[in-house]
Amino acid sequence: MTELAFYGLDAIHLKERDAILPGRLIVIEGTDSVGRSTQLNLLRPWLESSGYAVVNTEMTRSVLAGAGLKQAKAGHTLGPITLNLFYATDFVDRFESQILPALRAGFIVLTDRYIYSLMARAIVRGADPRWIRSIYGLALIPDAVFYLKIGIDDLIPRVLQRGGFDYWESGMDMRLGGDLFESFVNYQTLLLEQFELMTHEYGFQVIDASLPVDLLSEQLKQKVLPLLPHG
Amino acid sequence: METYGSHVYPGRLFVVEGVDGSGKSTQIALLRQWLISEGYAVFFSEWNSSPLVKKTTSKGKKKQLLTPTTFSLIHATDFADRTEHDIIPPLKAGAIVLADRYIYTAFARDVARSVDRQWVRELYQFAVKPTVAFYYRVPLEVSLSRILTGRNELKYYEAGLDLGLSHDPYESFKLFQERIVGEYESMIDEFGLTVMDATLPIPEQQRRMRKIIRPYLQGVRRMRGSAKETAWAGLAREMRPSHIDVSGRSGR
Repeated sequence: MTELAFYGLDAIHLKERDAILPGRLIVIEGTDSVGRSTQLNLLRPWLESSGYAVVNTEMTRSVLAGAGLKQAKAGHTLGPITLNLFYATDFVDRFESQILPALRAGFIVLTDRYIYSLMARAIVRGADPRWIRSIYGLALIPDAVFYLKIGIDDLIPRVLQRGGFDYWESGMDMRLGGDLFESFVNYQTLLLEQFELMTHEYGFQVIDASLPVDLLSEQLKQKVLPLLPHG
Repeated sequence: METYGSHVYPGRLFVVEGVDGSGKSTQIALLRQWLISEGYAVFFSEWNSSPLVKKTTSKGKKKQLLTPTTFSLIHATDFADRTEHDIIPPLKAGAIVLADRYIYTAFARDVARSVDRQWVRELYQFAVKPTVAFYYRVPLEVSLSRILTGRNELKYYEAGLDLGLSHDPYESFKLFQERIVGEYESMIDEFGLTVMDATLPIPEQQRRMRKIIRPYLQGVRRMRGSAKETAWAGLAREMRPSHIDVSGRSGR
């Protein structure tokens, strides 16, 4: 990563502390069930066997807010603004306590989603785009963002294969359809639109997620290789 | 999503701000009693009181997991829950909402913790702009003596020990409060806070507060007299039931 760059304000004052960060920050983005964790599970051992120290992080797993967020989502009183800020708390906790220390120590940080999914979800839930962007503006610009792109028609069979439609992945909190399936289609379509809008703005490297797993993995490795130190 | 200053609701939102020991909670409690006795539907909301966020906040504080930024975010999450549940719905319904501490508390504390001034203002963009925001101004020596008298322990974050200003909790607390006061002072013009002299006698402060609020009560709907309100009304009124106007309008 070496140089520190931000989308918005350096609100954590990172530049005062670190002139450079020797690690690499690699983001895999994409909607629910698109195959992000499958790819990360292939990428990580490959990197490790090449001698790199790897750390991976994923959403809603922060020590601070992970449990509270899960509990809040299990109830029925969580409003959209509160949900967005709960996610932001979770993200910043992981950012400060996992991602930054690993980058300082020269690790390859693989993150299963980053601020983009969080912003897409927020905007779909009616958040002011300027507001949500300014909050996540404190995040470091990653070395690369790989966006696993899929169309809604290719997504549905994968979700069925995994056991069906989840309440939150279907955006049921917004009641976008008469049942889980309808709501899923409408919600995911809106999310995919947001990802599409962000692709150019945030410089996503688009990868066709409808490819077979091993082919996709090969592509990903080819794109990751030049990012690595002494790669 | 509505942002600060863009919400238009029939209700009224009055908030009190100031450092610990400024007496603001006493003033808003007195105001609440008075408004209820006048027949208004009054909702009261306190800082850091969301049941949804409580566990996360106390975990963070107990285990000292919080950085200035996550401290700021968890309080914003708490405030968002209160905004979505306790503040916006009653305001839409035409009620009076009273808040003991509001976004300015976050601005003062978080910036005192070195959170970026502009970032934290953006963070709270979803907040409803208050009808009147009172700032209870008190000299630091006065608030410190009010707070520290009879206290034997200051909590880690309360004392601002996370800032590393001093290892002594009392010294740290003083330095932290000093910064907070500085932030409040600079917000007076920025947000049009109504400055109240918190060194005056309590009844005099309350008289002034009611005088400022009265014009904003015009057009606010009052409830019809119910048993519940009667129970809430001032003792003097209960003693003289003939003074309770069933139409919901007071004689004054």
